[in-house]
Amino acid sequence: MAEGVKPRVKVPRKAAAGDVITIKTLISHKMESGQRKDKDGNVIPRSIIHTFTCKFNGELVMSANLHGAISTNPYFQFEAKVPEAGDFTFEWLDDDGSVYTDQKSIAIG
Amino acid sequence: MDFTRRDALIVGTGAAVAAMLPLRAFASATEDAIAAFTGGADVADSGVTLTAPEIAENGNTVPISVSAPGAESIIILASGNPNPEVVGFNFGPLAGSQEASTRIRLAGTQDVYAVAKMSDGSFAMTKASVKVTIGGCGG
Repeated sequence: MAEGVKPRVKVPRKAAAGDVITIKTLISHKMESGQRKDKDGNVIPRSIIHTFTCKFNGELVMSANLHGAISTNPYFQFEAKVPEAGDFTFEWLDDDGSVYTDQKSIAIG
Repeated sequence: MDFTRRDALIVGTGAAVAAMLPLRAFASATEDAIAAFTGGADVADSGVTLTAPEIAENGNTVPISVSAPGAESIIILASGNPNPEVVGFNFGPLAGSQEASTRIRLAGTQDVYAVAKMSDGSFAMTKASVKVTIGGCGG
């Protein structure tokens, strides 16, 4: 299910060098758990985002392995250190092989 | 057909084992997942904080937050879900703190576990009880 997937990320525009900032991410995805059944009693196959990664200038901030028990529209909040100006890259990997990405720049000042 | 006492015993034992298997599998899936993560190492019971609501009205989206200073990874397990694994966080060198929040599904009232692997190789665990009014597994 690659349609209608929209990542949303909240990162402050500016920070002082060495600051710790809070990042919030949300991506619209139905996260079909593989436990539910349709009205004929057939199991609806699992279709979720299984990995989320956040990097800053190529260095890892946080990654997460997701399972079926993560809610629809997976949301994460976490903190990152900002040693210098640069770009945060966010990556979500779908079970169907799709990759959703987003990027946010942060300035020092 | 002859049905000796010995046969009866064998059949009886087999049935008893078969009956216990699913029960055992259900109860220990969480323990197995913890053991797989820790590799059987000792697990301390302090050092991790798991924040979860005492009562969740909707099991489809239960906000939780976990924090373990000095951890390199944390896993969340839901003991009462069909599949106990919920999420695993890995913290890199630029993590501002070893803390993360997300929203999870819970099938019913149960204990939620957080197990952290510290950067020195030790493990810590905590759990929180969540009462769920409406389960989040559909079906």
